[in-house]
Amino acid sequence: MNVFDIVGPVMIGPSSSHTAGAARIGKAARLLLGEEPLEAEILFHGSFAKTYRGHGTDKAVIGGILGFDPWDPRIRDSINLAEEAGINIVISTGTIEDAHPNTVQIRLTGKSKKNVSLQGASVGGGNIQITSINDMLVHFSGQYPTLIVLHHDHPGVIAHVTALVSGCQANIANFRLNRQEKGGLAIMTIEMDQSMDAKAAESILSIPHVVDVVLLKLN
Amino acid sequence: MKLSYLTVEELAYAAQENGSRISDIVLEEQALSMEKTKEDVYFVMKESFHVMRESVQNGMDPDLRSASGLSGGSAYRMKQAVEQGKNHFGTLFGSALSMALAVAEYNSSMGRIVAAPTAGSCGVLPAALISVMESKQLPEDSVVMSLFTASAIGMVIAKNASISGAEGGCQAEVGTASAMAACALTELLGGTPQMVSNSCAIALKNILGLVCDPVAGLVEVPCIKRNALGVANAFTACELSLAGIQSAIPTEEVIQAMKRIGQQMPSSLKETAEGGLAATPTGCRLCREIFG
Repeated sequence: MNVFDIVGPVMIGPSSSHTAGAARIGKAARLLLGEEPLEAEILFHGSFAKTYRGHGTDKAVIGGILGFDPWDPRIRDSINLAEEAGINIVISTGTIEDAHPNTVQIRLTGKSKKNVSLQGASVGGGNIQITSINDMLVHFSGQYPTLIVLHHDHPGVIAHVTALVSGCQANIANFRLNRQEKGGLAIMTIEMDQSMDAKAAESILSIPHVVDVVLLKLN
Repeated sequence: MKLSYLTVEELAYAAQENGSRISDIVLEEQALSMEKTKEDVYFVMKESFHVMRESVQNGMDPDLRSASGLSGGSAYRMKQAVEQGKNHFGTLFGSALSMALAVAEYNSSMGRIVAAPTAGSCGVLPAALISVMESKQLPEDSVVMSLFTASAIGMVIAKNASISGAEGGCQAEVGTASAMAACALTELLGGTPQMVSNSCAIALKNILGLVCDPVAGLVEVPCIKRNALGVANAFTACELSLAGIQSAIPTEEVIQAMKRIGQQMPSSLKETAEGGLAATPTGCRLCREIFG
């Protein structure tokens, strides 16, 4: 914790959990997609489902999907801006089993027809936890530069990726792996103390069995 | 210098030993721990202070309304009363109230604010500091510095009790904001580090037990007016402390009491909108009107 966790963050109101955190989850989804979105499906759960209209949580998430930071005043007009950009948005509410009360699920389709899904919870003070990506369990806060590697479960892929990370002098703060099944699709999330070079991150794509790489920087 | 931010006493003692303000040692320690220069850390705080000033200004708009339609325009009314000489407790007090309302209303209408410590309590600190700065024509630099004292006090409360309404009720939000504001003002107006600690104790004692009972779960009723209460509480604690009046209960014990009260508070009174004002007939009716 530092002074700017107490006097801060600078944010668009009215609620650090219902707007600032929600915008960060939206932005995480956008960064994961890595291109202009064409379609966005947003599912609100719990307190988000009950109060999203009054809090402007919908505007915050859409603002995030447009790439806005939590302090960007354009969040207020995000619904209109998304419409102008030709993004088709569908908002619904529902129950997600065992989810934190402030949870949102986002499915994005990009211009190249790329699809991503992401689920995140706004856990207070603008802080978030991303809990699933493409229906695979993950667990990271976005406080650190986070490398997300989608790959096929195959011996040696992890060693290859982490060698590249260490080659960039980036220290790994947290590492997680989840796979759908043995030999199936898997996801690595690597939280790092220092960010790595964008080109080095991109080069991970050339490692055999790697399907997609995103270097997620929310802060 | 190492600071743990676990007690207010630690801050007061370290400043006294150093012969400086609490804000000086906090800025120095934060720069070290963030691996940045003091100038860089100060600059970020100054930028935040400018956002605070903007939010005070923008919140005075007479046409400001929240998305729910529940709030907006009261800062302007209060400001009008002050400008027309119709308020009864002095220009400084009236301006401070209107500024607290302005920032809180601006927040409710999706304006850009600085959470201090939360969005729901974001009006207290800017209102206390900017009203006093304007009234006494203080240099901006000393006001920005006092934000480091406010932050350090907030960190101690966050570490030992809570700054979240869902965990500790409104005492944790507007209570912490008023303690932060009281401490910043006490330092700004020449109080000793011990007086700063005393201001923290008095401000928190005055507000212990305040519940979080937002109508329809929105950050509007009663949150906006409680920001005005917070600035009045900060002025009270600061005045008493600068006059040499001491808190009978030591600061650290007050913070512990605040934590226990938060734990004992039923969940219906901790941001769930199931009790207190949210559960009144009018609170329920407003909720139905907004959400159907």
